[in-house]
Amino acid sequence: MRTKIALLDYGIGNLQSVAKALNHVGADVDVVESSIDLKYYTGIVLPGVGNFGACVNALKHFGFDELVYRGVASGIPLLGVCVGLQMLFEGSSESPETKGLGLLPGKVLRFEGQERVPQMQWNTISIREGFSKSRLFTGLEDDRWMYFVHSYFAPLGDFTSSTATYGVEYSATVEVGDLYATQFHPEKSSKEGLRLLENFVSIATVAS
Amino acid sequence: MRSVRVIPCLDIDAGRVVKGTNFVDLTDAGDPVELAALYDLAGADEIVFLDIAASSSSRPITLDLLSRAADQVFIPLTIGGGVSRVDDARQLLRAGADKVSLNSSAISNPALISEIAQEFGSQCAVVAIDAKFNGSFYEVYTHGGRNATGLELGTWAKVAERLGAGELLVTSMDRDGTKEGFDIGALMRVAELTSIPIIASGGVGRLEHFLEGAEVPGVSGLLAASVFHFGQLSISQVKNFLISKSIVVRPVQE
Repeated sequence: MRTKIALLDYGIGNLQSVAKALNHVGADVDVVESSIDLKYYTGIVLPGVGNFGACVNALKHFGFDELVYRGVASGIPLLGVCVGLQMLFEGSSESPETKGLGLLPGKVLRFEGQERVPQMQWNTISIREGFSKSRLFTGLEDDRWMYFVHSYFAPLGDFTSSTATYGVEYSATVEVGDLYATQFHPEKSSKEGLRLLENFVSIATVAS
Repeated sequence: MRSVRVIPCLDIDAGRVVKGTNFVDLTDAGDPVELAALYDLAGADEIVFLDIAASSSSRPITLDLLSRAADQVFIPLTIGGGVSRVDDARQLLRAGADKVSLNSSAISNPALISEIAQEFGSQCAVVAIDAKFNGSFYEVYTHGGRNATGLELGTWAKVAERLGAGELLVTSMDRDGTKEGFDIGALMRVAELTSIPIIASGGVGRLEHFLEGAEVPGVSGLLAASVFHFGQLSISQVKNFLISKSIVVRPVQE
């Protein structure tokens, strides 16, 4: 059994929390700042905070967009977190001039309505029918509380594995094949968030 | 759906927890990291560390504290005190803080709010405001409540939001340490003029006070210190009470 996670550091935000949480659940993590040989890695974590355009541009500057495409194409499990989820889509109204990675269809939009923005709070996630057996949710019941911080949200689609509602219902997690992402911060969601990370680590564990 | 966070605040001085009453009379209440981990287990939604005597010489102690806290506490951590440059924020965020809280420095240099918001995102720029009713309006104070600024609470809150603050931590100096309850007038004033999340602070002594704060529209965090540190109320008591009054909170798991 072997696990080695590449945590992509492209100069945006603080990766310490994610790295520490992954370490806490027993993962072997490399914080990587330049292109890597994917054959040494069994999983990729794509974090992201702040502005969508700034994140995508920095990701591209580090050549990590290519790395993500290659990883996904070769079936290496990937977990996006927060803006790391949003970047998987085609674009965001936050930065209309910047294209996202386009791995998922649709556009990320800003919360409009009565609720205060950013959503900076704990919220429940409802696991969608068809995803209750997802390995990412092993040991997690429906309606678990996770910690969210965001002003923009990802649309619903076949890829939506759980939803949250903040004025509007949106994708709290997405899953397509070995591609996973969470809008919330599992590394800041106490015991349940750690369980989800542990689940991802076991998804990213290979025999040999 | 809006949910309300219950947030213990740990005032720290040279790496130890203290809590002032009306900003004086400090009493030692333990090790911050140990306390923070206990609060995580007890169901706290977030922890605020306030470095009350922050100085360049105490900075390494604070960074070490944050780093140790981030090793074992997996809920959001906010640090306030002594953040006067973008680089201070960078160091604190790198050490393990999720948000930095600006107070006096945001008033003497409002551009700091936008610089931090641009560099690290609005979500980690909290503006803390200490206010006191001066007979005609809620006046903003700096330097731990020592200096009056002449600024009106609501006006300053609105400016802070416009500059990029992601959240406002509003402390009533009239109520802090009194256990008479949050200053609802002050919170309403900020809620009226802003549209970002508000953390209410200063004055809770009883369960009902938490409810009064939670009922102010726009308040999404309830901060308290001594009632928790001295075991007068537990996080689960507060949350169970709020749930019984139909306030949405993350329940404490037994």
